[in-house]
Amino acid sequence: MFRNQYDTDVTTWSPAGRLFQVEYAMEAVKQGSAAIGLRSKTHIVLGCVNKANSELSSHQKKIFKVDDHIGVAIAGLTADGRVLSRYMRNECINYGFTYESPLPVGRLVVQLADKAQVCTQRSWKRPYGVGLLVAGLDESGAHLYYNCPSGNYFEYQAFAIGSRSQAAKTYLERKFENFTDASRDDLVKDALMAIRETLQGETLKSSVCTIAVVGVGEPFHILDQGTVQQMIDAFEIVGEQEGPDAAAGQEASAEPEQGAGAGAGEGVAPMDI
Amino acid sequence: MNFTASKQPENCLLGPESDSQRTLYPYVTGTSVVALKYKDGILMAADMGGSYGSTLRYKNVERMKPIGKHSLLGASGEISDFQEILRYLDDLILYDNMWDDGNSLGPKEVHNYLTRVMYNRRNKFNPLWNSLVLGGVKKGEKYLGTVSMIGVNFEDNHVATGFGNHLARPILRQDWHENLSFEDGVKLLEKCMRVLLYRDRSAINKLQIAKITEEGVTISQPYSLKTYWEFSAFANPAQGAVGTW
Repeated sequence: MFRNQYDTDVTTWSPAGRLFQVEYAMEAVKQGSAAIGLRSKTHIVLGCVNKANSELSSHQKKIFKVDDHIGVAIAGLTADGRVLSRYMRNECINYGFTYESPLPVGRLVVQLADKAQVCTQRSWKRPYGVGLLVAGLDESGAHLYYNCPSGNYFEYQAFAIGSRSQAAKTYLERKFENFTDASRDDLVKDALMAIRETLQGETLKSSVCTIAVVGVGEPFHILDQGTVQQMIDAFEIVGEQEGPDAAAGQEASAEPEQGAGAGAGEGVAPMDI
Repeated sequence: MNFTASKQPENCLLGPESDSQRTLYPYVTGTSVVALKYKDGILMAADMGGSYGSTLRYKNVERMKPIGKHSLLGASGEISDFQEILRYLDDLILYDNMWDDGNSLGPKEVHNYLTRVMYNRRNKFNPLWNSLVLGGVKKGEKYLGTVSMIGVNFEDNHVATGFGNHLARPILRQDWHENLSFEDGVKLLEKCMRVLLYRDRSAINKLQIAKITEEGVTISQPYSLKTYWEFSAFANPAQGAVGTW
């Protein structure tokens, strides 16, 4: 971005009233591979793109179960994401032990945000370089939140973070009005379509993405690859009868090598996937 | 000379007694609390007595209190420990309200919180000397549970503390059924409290009945039960009892 004399540590304000270190931390989120979330009144679906470093390695885990009723998808420094997931799991377990009741996701998200804020106000710390899409249930139903490295959190009907998330956001902005009353399966289909937007040309297959669902009466779980591939196949066939989305689908199946080649040339830093 | 022999055995792990302050015995105590589930919620009864050993010293002690929007707590045992528990719960409910987010602690959560508190104090050999009854309704679900001073906790359709376990529970086991009306529930509780009044020497004839429903908590004004002391068995209690005089 920009180098200037106010960006050395997080406890220095710029004359314009900005904390550059915090903003740079948010950049780290943008470099990570995409994660999306969308919700209806009763269910939330999280999805993410999984890029392995090479064909020999497995891909990094970006979706974590925090409790039966809460899950999180991350983008950015996955190591930071793992540590924060462990914190969230701990908080849920302690609350469940004391009150025999699930921790309301709205409260967990505030605790997480307060934890992130601390790192923006200590000279010996650095902000967490990870954005979290927290999906969970509480008394008032299904919720989706986005937690920033800045310590801010927002509630969303649908959101996307990470690299090429703007494409997914555009898709979600077109469709979000239908989400509140959508069925669980339609929600998963929309999630897959949003992920396909971020792949921009590459074939959508279950080996490049991960989908997880949580809802009223449905504990958080990651869908297995077989199920995901079935759902992709189901709407790819339907997709050929729909307009612009179908064109992208057909092009993708004709040029898989090109898509993969473009991906390898991105030069993503090892810790940023 | 010290008449209260408080010598610890040689192998005791409790540490020096001089610098510890642990509850050893209760001083001002309340007797039984009895509670049952009925059609619209929970009914709970307790008398207003605070005994000082065998003296019926205090006669205006409220042993049942509302907790938050959804719960009602009744306590027997040491009254000062009950007041301490009310302070803990006050803080708990305050912080819960401060979230201001549409979520609130229901009776199940309060009951489990109390279980944790009681059990942890017992593990430190410094118990809160109470038996607690926690009842409430949230989102149509009725809840009734109890916790003892050693941390034993469970839920049931009717619970009691102290003498109530021995005298009231058998009556409730026989006469309780689902969906009791308010009038029937009160009658059943009064039946239990009357037996306790006759037979528990720490009971006094001044009781309150509390009700909690989805709408909220109501604690009645104190009143007395009608008693009859002319039963022939009372006139000559020793008759037929072998070995007594």
